[in-house]
Amino acid sequence: MTMNAIEVRDLTRRFGGFVAVDRVTFEVREGEIFGFLGSNGAGKSTTIRMLCGLLKPTSGTARVGGVDVGRDPEAVKQRIGYMSQKFSLYEALTIDQNIEFFSGLYGLDRRTGRDRRAFVLKMAGLEGREHTLAGDLPGGWRQRLALGCAILHQPPVLFLDEPTGGVDPLSRREFWTLIEAMAASGVTVLVTTHYLDEAEHCHRLAILHAGRLAAIGSITELREVFADRPIVEVQSTDPVALMNALADHPDVEKTSVFGTAVHAVLKRETDVRRFIAGLGDGLTASPVAPSLEDVFLDVVEQAQSPEPKA
Amino acid sequence: MRKVLAVGRKEMRQILRDRRTLLILLFVPAFFLLLYGYALNFDIRHIPLAVDDRDKSSDSRELVAAFVNSGYFDLVAGVGSPSEIERLMDLNRVRAALVIPEGLSRDLRSGRDVSVQVLVDGDNANTATTVLGYSSAIVRTVSRQLRIERGGRVAPPRVLLEPRIWYNPELRSTLFLVPGLIAYICMITAVVSTALSIVREKERGTMEQVQMAPLGTMSYVVGKTVPYFVVSLASAVVIVVVSMALFGLPMRGSWGMLLLALSLFIVGALATGLWISTIADTQQTAFQLALLSSFLPTLMLSGFIFPISSMPAAIRAVTYVVPARYFLVALRGIVLKGAPPSTYSFALSMLVVYAVGMLSLAAFRLSRQRTA
Repeated sequence: MTMNAIEVRDLTRRFGGFVAVDRVTFEVREGEIFGFLGSNGAGKSTTIRMLCGLLKPTSGTARVGGVDVGRDPEAVKQRIGYMSQKFSLYEALTIDQNIEFFSGLYGLDRRTGRDRRAFVLKMAGLEGREHTLAGDLPGGWRQRLALGCAILHQPPVLFLDEPTGGVDPLSRREFWTLIEAMAASGVTVLVTTHYLDEAEHCHRLAILHAGRLAAIGSITELREVFADRPIVEVQSTDPVALMNALADHPDVEKTSVFGTAVHAVLKRETDVRRFIAGLGDGLTASPVAPSLEDVFLDVVEQAQSPEPKA
Repeated sequence: MRKVLAVGRKEMRQILRDRRTLLILLFVPAFFLLLYGYALNFDIRHIPLAVDDRDKSSDSRELVAAFVNSGYFDLVAGVGSPSEIERLMDLNRVRAALVIPEGLSRDLRSGRDVSVQVLVDGDNANTATTVLGYSSAIVRTVSRQLRIERGGRVAPPRVLLEPRIWYNPELRSTLFLVPGLIAYICMITAVVSTALSIVREKERGTMEQVQMAPLGTMSYVVGKTVPYFVVSLASAVVIVVVSMALFGLPMRGSWGMLLLALSLFIVGALATGLWISTIADTQQTAFQLALLSSFLPTLMLSGFIFPISSMPAAIRAVTYVVPARYFLVALRGIVLKGAPPSTYSFALSMLVVYAVGMLSLAAFRLSRQRTA
């Protein structure tokens, strides 16, 4: 049976009068890759910091690996791995010394430390470079070493806070291969990201906006917001002008630019074929499935519009 | 314990790897010691002297000889008029002039007091005071000799010079300054290196990574500061040994007490660095805070250079919270005087108070930051 690795109930954090995280509730199953999407200041990092026991919740509860974060933050720390976009390694120390330091920090005994060191070096592809300074490593390697150092103590839950910032596409792909392999072996991964294409690697996603959970579900489930609103992609050499023109069309709810194309979200129950035929004048248009970006923009927009924040 | 060791070993490796830090910790103290040891030397020798001897008697020649033979003065010119002295002084050819009035010998023989004049170039107040001190001592000696030679007469005559009393007749200023230097250098290495090392971790994000690990505040602080304690203490001992070798610093008290005083002072300094690191977010801010909170008070308000007794009351009140003030009392007592511990036990206990107070303050701020 699958258990929940993370259970969050009405988690709230205020800083003075500012509500950074507002009654957030969700669960993450064991072995799941769970993504946090949201713009800067949406509350992603604050939520992660609370789940890691670094920040006390103002109210609500969070259980990570079965431990209540608010009650026993230190016990949580033994069960989690954490890696941030800074790949926080000691640049003046060698790869080996970094691994040794973090092994010590997590209290690994000598034998476990040796085994885990070998594992991490292999995983990060750094065998034979043990005595290179961490600061001399290129971004992708450093990222994998940082990941290795974060999982030395074999945590069942892994938090990745924008883990692929400043890393080339090839390294990003390799990194995600590692993450997927870890999830397959039962590690629960909670990842925040700005990159919508990366969100495709997640089994389920939560979209945060202004401290609130605006939507949650698998990508397929999230696309349901467009269930009765067709999206038409219209090609153009001048997408901005086209966007402005389409915005005034009676059947169009809203528009947005995607490269050289415009996505027009049609109002409910609009006949797509009639709409495309009505465009005329040599415009290439076709109905498309909503992309994650469409979903994200729509969710954020809806979260903003209905009621002002309390 | 394993975690404390891990932090400590990592810190030690970083210290050894980071050349800049190592330089601050080891070479800067030695450099400062040499620089200040020699530059802050208030002893002056070979002062160029002009003599205007208007008496030209054996007594006046004896007085001039006493100046030259003292080793402090070099006779560079015999002059015949006040204007000539002025010219030589303007040209910086002489820094002092001795004017012996006509009739010195005659007046002495008839039992009258006589005055000789010493003109001192006052552009450097310290030098001037020193020169006056020398002159006064020499004239007094000559005067005494003359009195002995003409003993038996009622009211023996004197040669007078406005007396300046210098509390340190030997003028071995280096000995007085070295304890201050030790305090100053300990403060620099301990406060700055601790503060910078922690703030650097904040800047680079490694602090956040460490916070995510199950590591208590105490383990972190102990692991982080012990290496700096060891290095600072070693550095201080090196300074003492070098001072003994180069400046003839005596060691009249016990090494045990010296190490105790050093340790107490360094713990206080480390705690100050720790406290600064809880306030500052960048290395630059940390450095400036360290400068304000420790360098300047140690330099200005500890009695290192300026005697506390001559400060205005308001500033004197401030010196009571400067740990270097107490450290200097203890250090001078141990090293220079070999005084019994009871004379500086108050100073030591004040160092304990400072260290404990600062540590609590730093620990309080740290733990509040960790579980905000």
